[in-house]
Amino acid sequence: MTRPGLMNERLMALFLLGLLLFGPPLMGAFDRPAIALGIPVLYLYLFLAWLCLIVFSALAIEGGAQTPSGAEPEDLDRAFEDEG
Amino acid sequence: MTHSVLVVDDEPNIVLSLEFLMKQANYDVRVARDGEAALAEIEQAPPDLVLLDAMLPKRDGFDVCQAIRADPALNGVRIIMLTAKGREVEREKGLALGADDYITKPFSTRDVLERVKDFLGEPDEA
Amino acid sequence: MLQGWIIVLVSLAYLCFLFAIASYGDRRADQGRSLIANPYIYALSIAVYCTSWTFYGSVGRAASSGVGFLPIYLGPTLMFICGWFVLRKIIRISKVNKITSIADFIASRYGKSPLLGGLVAVIAVIGIMPYISLQLKAISTSFSVLVQYPEIVMPQDLGSAPLLQDTALYAALIMAAFSVLFGTRHIDASEHHEGMVAAIAFESVVKLLAFLAVGVFVTFLVYDGFGDVFSQAAAVPALTRLFSIEAAGGYGSWISLMILAMAAIICLPRQFQVAVVENVDERHLRKAVWLFPLYLFLINIFVLPIAFGGLLLFPDGGVDADTFVLTLPMAERQEGLALFVFIGGLSAATGMIIVATIAISTMVSNDLVMPVLLRVGRLHLSEREDLTGLLLAIRRGTILIVLLLGYLYARLIGESYALVTIGLVSFAAAAQFCPAIIGGIFWKGASRAGAAAGMSAGFLVWAYTLLLPSFARSGWLPAAFLEEGPFGIDLLKPYELFGLTGLDPISHALFWSMFANIGLLVGVSLLTRQSLVERAQAVLFVDVFRRTEDQARIWRATASVRDLQGLLARFVGQQRASSAFSRYARRHGQKLDVQAPADTALVRFTERQLAGAIGAASARIMVASVVKEELLDIDQVMAILDEASQVIEYSRRLEEKSAQLEATSRELRAANERLKDLDRMKDDFVSTVSHELRTPLTSIRSFSEILFDNPDLDADQKKEFLKIVISESERLTRLINDVLDMAKMEADQLDWYMAETDARAVIDQALAATHSLLQRDRPIALETDLPTRLPSVHADADRLTQVIVNLLSNAVKFCDPERGRIGITAGLRDGLLQVEVWDNGPGVPEADQERIFEKFQQAGHILTDKPQGTGLGLPICRQIIKHFGGTIWVESVPGRGARFSFTVPLAEAGEAAVSASAE
Repeated sequence: MTRPGLMNERLMALFLLGLLLFGPPLMGAFDRPAIALGIPVLYLYLFLAWLCLIVFSALAIEGGAQTPSGAEPEDLDRAFEDEG
Repeated sequence: MTHSVLVVDDEPNIVLSLEFLMKQANYDVRVARDGEAALAEIEQAPPDLVLLDAMLPKRDGFDVCQAIRADPALNGVRIIMLTAKGREVEREKGLALGADDYITKPFSTRDVLERVKDFLGEPDEA
Repeated sequence: MLQGWIIVLVSLAYLCFLFAIASYGDRRADQGRSLIANPYIYALSIAVYCTSWTFYGSVGRAASSGVGFLPIYLGPTLMFICGWFVLRKIIRISKVNKITSIADFIASRYGKSPLLGGLVAVIAVIGIMPYISLQLKAISTSFSVLVQYPEIVMPQDLGSAPLLQDTALYAALIMAAFSVLFGTRHIDASEHHEGMVAAIAFESVVKLLAFLAVGVFVTFLVYDGFGDVFSQAAAVPALTRLFSIEAAGGYGSWISLMILAMAAIICLPRQFQVAVVENVDERHLRKAVWLFPLYLFLINIFVLPIAFGGLLLFPDGGVDADTFVLTLPMAERQEGLALFVFIGGLSAATGMIIVATIAISTMVSNDLVMPVLLRVGRLHLSEREDLTGLLLAIRRGTILIVLLLGYLYARLIGESYALVTIGLVSFAAAAQFCPAIIGGIFWKGASRAGAAAGMSAGFLVWAYTLLLPSFARSGWLPAAFLEEGPFGIDLLKPYELFGLTGLDPISHALFWSMFANIGLLVGVSLLTRQSLVERAQAVLFVDVFRRTEDQARIWRATASVRDLQGLLARFVGQQRASSAFSRYARRHGQKLDVQAPADTALVRFTERQLAGAIGAASARIMVASVVKEELLDIDQVMAILDEASQVIEYSRRLEEKSAQLEATSRELRAANERLKDLDRMKDDFVSTVSHELRTPLTSIRSFSEILFDNPDLDADQKKEFLKIVISESERLTRLINDVLDMAKMEADQLDWYMAETDARAVIDQALAATHSLLQRDRPIALETDLPTRLPSVHADADRLTQVIVNLLSNAVKFCDPERGRIGITAGLRDGLLQVEVWDNGPGVPEADQERIFEKFQQAGHILTDKPQGTGLGLPICRQIIKHFGGTIWVESVPGRGARFSFTVPLAEAGEAAVSASAE
């Protein structure tokens, strides 16, 4: 089980990666009138990048911890103890 | 020439044994039983060698040793200190104060004789 | 088949089905078997983000700008990836502080400010109008298009319909009814609407399936797959331009849309409601982080194919791209699919409206209306019995008004805009909350003044750059307003403020509003001081992961339990209030006496329950009015005092510790000194003993050697020397014995044989032993004064003998040399046996009378008694007598002899004998 901090780091890295992927520099590279696999290159790039990002974040989360990390459930319970 | 030896100790039996040894070796022997008597004897007539016990009444052996060495006229007097205290520091003290040698009790009589002879040379046969 | 009444029927059936799901969900929640405690449901509920705007508008936008629709979904994807940091913190804060809406959140963070809460509510209401109008417009448009089947006729061709025939109006009214039913049947203290969430999740599934259905249909049935659609599009020059980012307005537009969407996914009231308020378990967020983006991905896969498919099929722009999802199936005579799509669109719109109006009504009632009403003393609201009804009425009214406002906006303005643009206007309004929220949870310095200034400024800029222009474009304001600026002031042109050109209106508005908002938030916060309450709240929010317990607050409460329960009941109803209280009592193992004054915890509990119903700010007011104290400042004072006292406690303990350390080290040093002394004494003793032992040894050795080396000595001398050897050996032996005795006695290692001892017998024995001494050198007279019978003593016989022998031989040694006289007496004195040995010797000077009992000391300075004395005789006597429990001492006048006395305790039998005898 990876420690919660590692999961946080991965998520932060993915976030920054996403900013890069969907930002001008990289997108500009694919912004060409070309067709790949029958699909305009820009479209293909964007959707693939999007899917990859989702998959990686899923992996980061699910591989992150088996138990709730950083949620301090005991404290949550105490905080809720007055709740209906 | 006959050498003279002064035996200083407050134990009568030890004095007796040393006296006998020195006499037997044909040395001139005088005795003193405390520090003051020892100094008096020395002043009267300096011996050639003093067998000096460290623990003495009235003035202890270290004082006597120091007094002898303080007087340049007595530079020729040899001093062998005897002590029943087994500590290194006593020995160091004695030698530092100018004793020529230091023997711990109980000593070997032959050893004492040899050392005395070393200092004084063979006595003349009487 | 697709006739008007069928469509209406199907729609209504669908809505009723939704309602059934909702009530089932609520029932299960009441039973405690929540339907929605499931991360998948949670993620699906967040998908309410995809409204009819997604359903219809994405295709519409794609048809005109290619990938320009995408940032609206990429933004939330990114936001959710780092949502683990941001969203989780917001959720945690909201749980801990019982936050019920976005207005509550902001108000609570900035010092429980009712002002901010009201401001947020106002911005939310105004900002949501365009969005609701968008949904209403979508419903009415899609209905109008579908009902024309098999003709494909665009609604704008129909002109503006008269009011009573306006589908949108009916849509609005029906929506209002359903929203009221969904969300305002009762007031729940935690503001959870589990039924609504269940229904929303179901809707998300429906709209996804509908969109996927039409997508699959268009891509694979109308065309031969993605490649076919795009290659056909590539053949049309007008369409190939859509393959590039330029069609989407360039990177400026792209980026600003992404930022906008990132803000919206958190700050839209409906999103806050489902993602934060309705969240039942923080852990669900983990799945949502990737499930929600996945949903977005799926619902967007077919957008481009559908767009191109439509553009190819309806090349001359006669058909509004917003309707492609409907018109394409219609064109292909797929009635069922078209109806399904319509329901999907209806679903999308309904979801948004229900959640948004419920969220807004909560905000309005808790943060706008109630605080005002409570402060209007004339209404005497604090004294009204049941305020539940009032609350619900306010909320229902709000829902209706908001929907009608949305309808109004749609009617007045909606026609002149594409759907997407309207949506973005709302996004931009919601984005005004973002700095206050994000700043609030990460920066303790963000103050109420800063947040208020920032939000107001941002809102004003938004209104000026987006809202007003929309009026102008619809003709309600002169067009010159847009083109030349108000009163002809060029720099204040709404779309080109201060001369900033080159940005589309949305980006432009976003830039300036964020500039004003963030700038004022930071600037004013830095320049103003926070109040104590603000600071407390800031810490609570920013440090929520470190502080999950409530601040201990001291209420000088004079409220009784009954008062508090009654107060709660006024807002949530009698039944709920009493069940909440009894739950509390059960949980705390207390029985609540209704007459008793409420303790701190209970007051706190009540306030929190109340906050769930009417918001934190109002709850505070109500509880304070019941408790009759205004304690807003005591809170933080107590917290500060707590911290201060903690600090004091720590430093006091530190001081104690260091004082203890000091004492200990002092003791250690003293002990060390004592040890060194002992060591020295031991050294002295050891060296003295060594000296004493070596002395007889020397004689023994010397004379033995002399005898050995001189066999020719004369007999007399031989005899003399041998005698010396013998006597010195004896001396040595005596010394060794004494030393051992002394050492053993001191180390407590001697074996004592204590018994009832006949004292007289011992004395006799001692006398016998020393008898010979009396005759040895000179005659010494011995006087005895001993009673015939002496009581028994508790002693070791041998040791007692040793003492008496020692004293006697001392007496012999030191008595007068000419006419020596010694004596011994014994008798009972003070219940002890006392024995005395005296002599007529020189006596012992007073200075020495103690010293002679110490080791190796004798009267005078040095041992003059060589070789007889060991120097240990008296010390050993003292040890022995001490062990018996008696004392030994000497009385002496110098020149007049000495008298040594000792006492010994009696044995019991001896005591009896004493009392019996006449002695």
